[in-house]
Amino acid sequence: MAELQVAATELPEGSRHDLRRDLSPDAPEIEDYSEGEGAFGYMHSYETGSRLDGPGIRITLFLSGCPLRCQYCHNPDTWHLKHGMRVPLELIVTRLGHFAPALRAMKKSGLTLSGGEPLVQPAFSGRIFAAAKALGLHTALDTSGFLGSRATDEYLENVDLVILDIKSWDPDTYRRVTKQDIEPTLRFAERLAAMGKPVWVRYVLVPGLTDDPANVEGVAKFVAPMKNVEWVGVLPFHQLGAFKWKALGLDYELVNTPPAPRALVKRVHAQIRDAGCNVR
Amino acid sequence: MLQEVSSTQAWRKFSGTDWQNEISVRDFIVSNITPYTGGAEFLATPSRRTLAVWEKLQPYFREEAKKGVLDVDVATPSSLTSHGPGYIDRDNEVIVGLQTDQPFRRAIMPTGGWGMIEGGLKAIGREPDPAVRETFTKYRKTHNAAVFDLYTPEIRECRRSNIITGLPDAYGRGRIIGDYRRVALYGVDRLIAAKKAERAQIDARWPTEEVMRLREEMADQMRALADLKTMAQGYGFDIGKPAANAREAVQWTYFGYLGAIKEMNGAAMSVGRVSSFFDIYIERDLAEKTMTEDDAQELIDQFVIKLRIVRFMRTPEYDALFSGDPYWATECIGGMALDGRTLVTRSSFRMLQTLTNLGPAPEPNMTILWSKRLPEAFKRCCITVSKESSALQFENDDLMLPQFGDDYAIACCVSGMRVGKQMQYFGARVNLAKCLLYAINGGRDEVSGVQVGPAYRPVEGDVLDYDDVMAKFDDMMAWLARTYVHAMNCIHWSHDRYNYERLMMALHDRDIVRTMAFGIAGLSVVADSLSAIKYAKVKPLRGGDGLFTDYETTGEFPVFGNNDPRVDDIAVDLVKRFMDHLRVHATYRGAIHTQSILTITSNVVYGKGTGNTPDGRRKGEPFGPGANPMHGRDSHGWLASCLSVARLPYEHAQDGISYTLSVVPGETRQGEAERISRAVDALDMYFGQGGFHINLNVLSKETLMDAMEHPDKYPQLTIRVSGYAVNFIRLTREQQQDVISRTFFHGEI
Repeated sequence: MAELQVAATELPEGSRHDLRRDLSPDAPEIEDYSEGEGAFGYMHSYETGSRLDGPGIRITLFLSGCPLRCQYCHNPDTWHLKHGMRVPLELIVTRLGHFAPALRAMKKSGLTLSGGEPLVQPAFSGRIFAAAKALGLHTALDTSGFLGSRATDEYLENVDLVILDIKSWDPDTYRRVTKQDIEPTLRFAERLAAMGKPVWVRYVLVPGLTDDPANVEGVAKFVAPMKNVEWVGVLPFHQLGAFKWKALGLDYELVNTPPAPRALVKRVHAQIRDAGCNVR
Repeated sequence: MLQEVSSTQAWRKFSGTDWQNEISVRDFIVSNITPYTGGAEFLATPSRRTLAVWEKLQPYFREEAKKGVLDVDVATPSSLTSHGPGYIDRDNEVIVGLQTDQPFRRAIMPTGGWGMIEGGLKAIGREPDPAVRETFTKYRKTHNAAVFDLYTPEIRECRRSNIITGLPDAYGRGRIIGDYRRVALYGVDRLIAAKKAERAQIDARWPTEEVMRLREEMADQMRALADLKTMAQGYGFDIGKPAANAREAVQWTYFGYLGAIKEMNGAAMSVGRVSSFFDIYIERDLAEKTMTEDDAQELIDQFVIKLRIVRFMRTPEYDALFSGDPYWATECIGGMALDGRTLVTRSSFRMLQTLTNLGPAPEPNMTILWSKRLPEAFKRCCITVSKESSALQFENDDLMLPQFGDDYAIACCVSGMRVGKQMQYFGARVNLAKCLLYAINGGRDEVSGVQVGPAYRPVEGDVLDYDDVMAKFDDMMAWLARTYVHAMNCIHWSHDRYNYERLMMALHDRDIVRTMAFGIAGLSVVADSLSAIKYAKVKPLRGGDGLFTDYETTGEFPVFGNNDPRVDDIAVDLVKRFMDHLRVHATYRGAIHTQSILTITSNVVYGKGTGNTPDGRRKGEPFGPGANPMHGRDSHGWLASCLSVARLPYEHAQDGISYTLSVVPGETRQGEAERISRAVDALDMYFGQGGFHINLNVLSKETLMDAMEHPDKYPQLTIRVSGYAVNFIRLTREQQQDVISRTFFHGEI
């Protein structure tokens, strides 16, 4: 039991659907956390058995801290480091070890780091990926790409798949959705393409916000020539995260936005497919 | 010499010789099976005749859902020959035979215990027949009466206090599987001849008590076989001869099973492993062009219809433990042969197809013997059927094959045994959570205050100390195990003597392996409670009378169901520890001790009778079912949950470890083929990691809640609980609520 001594505090309970806040009230209000060279970091929650966060069956770790403020964010309780719990790397690696034999037994299964934005904590997330690779797991980075420049080539060596959220093509819409610029994301996408790193592009389809045909077309045409992009996944907007906005006292602009209708999803699928992408 | 003209004709084109020279259905199967690795595309829809019979039964089902019991024959204790032939729709029935003269008319079987009859009748406002009552209370002793002659005051107190519950001391023990296939393959005349030969071999043995008991039992077995022949004659069939075609093979086998359910109201009355056996006959008929695929499916459909209308008389107390009128007509499908071939046949698919042709249903309890090496197409079909019906359970063939060989079947939910070569003495379960509370309270019951266990020293001090509690708990477990084995010996001695399963045992070899199947309930409650004591701070609080009745727990502690070794190791230790305590005590008839982690629906009743526990569970709250984590505490997804359960050691729980997983049909962007592939992968992984059993439900809480309010809309809604499937609308409201409060995982496997 010696290796379990670090586990004096257990990883936080719950899944991405549980509301968490201020687990570490003293955490710094910064967006580049590399203290202790990744020996510890801030984590919101973890979930096992997901089929949505990569190929096969996944363990998904949600790290806290994010530079974007997306209108439709369904985890606004991951925006700040302090929302998460401060956990030692060793604990995460030990826990990952408990799951490794099961994950290795299933095709392409492994670890997905999500959040929040894992690249807010590049040292921490990088060391988790390295540990996961050492355990023989498939690894996936779920990112907006806004901090893509922080993912060094060395960092990406331990990442088998990047799930890249391109939230809009039109820069104004992108800014409206995220309060940030689109440029870094596009540059990151191009860099991944040049490296030949497998990528799944994701596009959240919000009626009235990201459904403009020209906007969809822009993303599709940008991605289409990239041979490394295996899939473009369209995520129809849902209201599952709305309760968190309310509980956190945040102003939620999409209160009256309906879920993306079937016909709209169909149209967007067709647009992306016609541009030459694999879409689902 | 044993071979007669009839068998030469009946066995035409079959290969192999061992099975011809001695009774060995297993050898017949491996010598003649046609493994099938293709998909479900060949399957047929229900025939006109099947639909007609099924239609005829619908008013009975509807009426029964409202009234519970439709009719009882109170005057005729049931036996093989007590009732004349009964039919549903004579012109359209391809397979015939009912328990009494009418469908849904229940029979009484008083040799198990008169109380069961009287209680069952009272619950539906019926009076027992005075002559029958006089017979079974005055002239013919019952199993139940005998057990209570043997019980000690201590055992009675344990029963009353719900620390040992559900014992088969007032009802038929069940969990015995006759090898009903023998009736078809050999015909009854040959079986009687074989029994005579086996009996002659022991004539020279000195008449010890053991030898005399065996001789008397064998005489009863032969009488039962003769009666079975008479029963079949009533329907116009001569089953003295072997079955000569597929229709006869199914009919003969069903007659064997029908005989069993006419004579024994057993808790679980499994069918065994018949579909791939039938397949050999069907393949021959198809090759001889005396049958089409439509005919083959019709046979299986009509056989399954019969298995769906088995009915027994039971009491409200029994229903509370095993809710929804189950009888576990468990049929095993799939698995591998020792030689590496699969035992999946086209008829494995035909059996699954009945869930489509007739709609989902809890019975027969379809059990997939899952091996990594099963044909991919069959695995995929199982996943699809499971998603559509929530009626399948899966058990680990790779784990059981080394234990039981390749012709075993499942009795009840999770109890593996060699067909015709092994039986078990069923023993329900003890309440392990209550045992922990007894340890804390020095043997006094936390609800009644009565001194039930030995008056050991209760805990002292303000905070519970893990080592101290564990030492006390271990002592209390030792006492409980001893009392439990004691009770079980009394029960099965009495059952063998006064309620002997003469027909089912006639369809076994003379010399069989016997196991004594113990069980525990509340494993996850106890593991979490001990984890709280170990990792957090638990203050015991005294109620009146100096009894500890509540606990104040501060701090965090790991809980079972999250693949966390800190607590999972406690659960593993508990399983082994209690098993070792059981092993100390000698059993009746030298039975081998086994143990299950299974509750059926009794997790609700057990919880009701158990006080507050240190894990924070409140008095009266249900336990997690079977080996499941407590409701809602497996909070990190199904993968973590199932890995905790997979860690529980099968070598110390060889009567089975039950796990029920409910997932909500969720969004998926990968498409159906990919979804199935991942689910197949997930099952391979779970069983590869040592998992023993899984009940898979794919449905949402909303559906269940709607069904509670509008049962008429969901006449066939089937859900797997612990080890069996049940028609949801036939559960008690309390149990429906328990099912709904269980963990439902988003994102299906």
